[in-house]
Amino acid sequence: MSRIPVYGLILAGGSSRRMNRDKAALRYQGKTQLDRAFELAGRHVTHVFVSVRADQTLDPTRAQRPMIVDSAGEGPIAGIRAALAAHPKVAWLVLACDLPYLSDAALDYLLRQRDVTAFATAYKSAHDGLPEPLCAIWEPSAAEALAGYQTGGGHCPRKFLIRHGARLLEPQDTRALDNVNTPEEYRHAIATLDNVAPMQLKIQYYALMREQAGRSEETLETSASTPAGLYEELVARYGFTLSRDQLKVAVNSEFSDWSRKLEVGDAVVFIPPVAGG
Amino acid sequence: MHFRFTESAIDTESSRGELQTSSAGGYVSFEGWVRDLNEGQEVTRLEYEAFEELAVKEGDRIIAEALRRFPVKHALCIHRVGSLELGDMAVWVGVSSAHRGEAFDACRFIIDEVKHRVPIWKKEHYRSGDSGWVNCERCAAAPRHSHAEHAHHHHDRVALPNSK
Repeated sequence: MSRIPVYGLILAGGSSRRMNRDKAALRYQGKTQLDRAFELAGRHVTHVFVSVRADQTLDPTRAQRPMIVDSAGEGPIAGIRAALAAHPKVAWLVLACDLPYLSDAALDYLLRQRDVTAFATAYKSAHDGLPEPLCAIWEPSAAEALAGYQTGGGHCPRKFLIRHGARLLEPQDTRALDNVNTPEEYRHAIATLDNVAPMQLKIQYYALMREQAGRSEETLETSASTPAGLYEELVARYGFTLSRDQLKVAVNSEFSDWSRKLEVGDAVVFIPPVAGG
Repeated sequence: MHFRFTESAIDTESSRGELQTSSAGGYVSFEGWVRDLNEGQEVTRLEYEAFEELAVKEGDRIIAEALRRFPVKHALCIHRVGSLELGDMAVWVGVSSAHRGEAFDACRFIIDEVKHRVPIWKKEHYRSGDSGWVNCERCAAAPRHSHAEHAHHHHDRVALPNSK
């Protein structure tokens, strides 16, 4: 693994022309998309910033958040360049602010597949197979080429990645990167997300976690879709002291990935550091 | 089933019998005992608990790996759960084989892998009245991925009664 840390950058400087409303302020399940994107990214990286144009710094949707303000030019490339300039030794998990279906599983996979030798690690579009530059990890090594590209009149991050090459990943969930550009798509997204009914899971606790939870098992309702999301919820509820990277997780009595999609009735066990013998 | 749990004292005599075969020229065993001192603290007793459903699967996988890696005849591992006193046997591993070298190697492999991989936890009770889950509490501030370097709770005793 690389020593270069990854920070999060939520791109929220777009003009949302087709939506006719600020996409960052659209609400899903009671939260603005900007807040949802911050929470999502914050579960995977230590620092998250919102990328804004200079004239947006006082906007109430954005003003509560750590910002990176565009300096040169417009569009997503200006935002990415400003972030790379502000923290030159950091790679950036860049997320557009119009991806309401984006999941922990999609970010977890992206981060695990990160290729530090490429300018960027990105998903292929489920629709046309081209790189998705706005749910991608941009490495510091891309800064110079991006500057040259923009100076030469380029403005499209997708074309930049096509021209300069990126590590491309097959999408694991074909819907995860569907973006919302029109009022019609927004209505559809709200209906779809609200239909994600909370599901019941069975959870067993052992050792230190049994003591901290004050129970050895329970059945609970959750809207978490992965063990990673579920652990986040349970930390908030019980204050578990073990961090996720100290644990393993089992689903239905077999070791599991943290990004596995949970199904109704699954039995989940978090496994603290073992000490047999 | 080559890996199992017991809530009562491990019966090494009958377990050893399960390993006997006319093609084996000897047998190596390892016993882990509850020791009175760990990381400077006086230990008075231990409690073991396990996620038994997965632990038995993982333990069986370890033994299957040992049988593939080393040309031995049979292998078995038994782990205690519940409350143990000083000197009690917490774990027993036995391996029978035609020759001694691979029996030692397989026995060592099994106990090492069991300690690292099988979901078993150990709570130490100290003379001070304190208690703690090994590898979970004092290390909570410094996450570690390997649980290997910790907590050797037993003296090693190795028996090879009938080697060629």
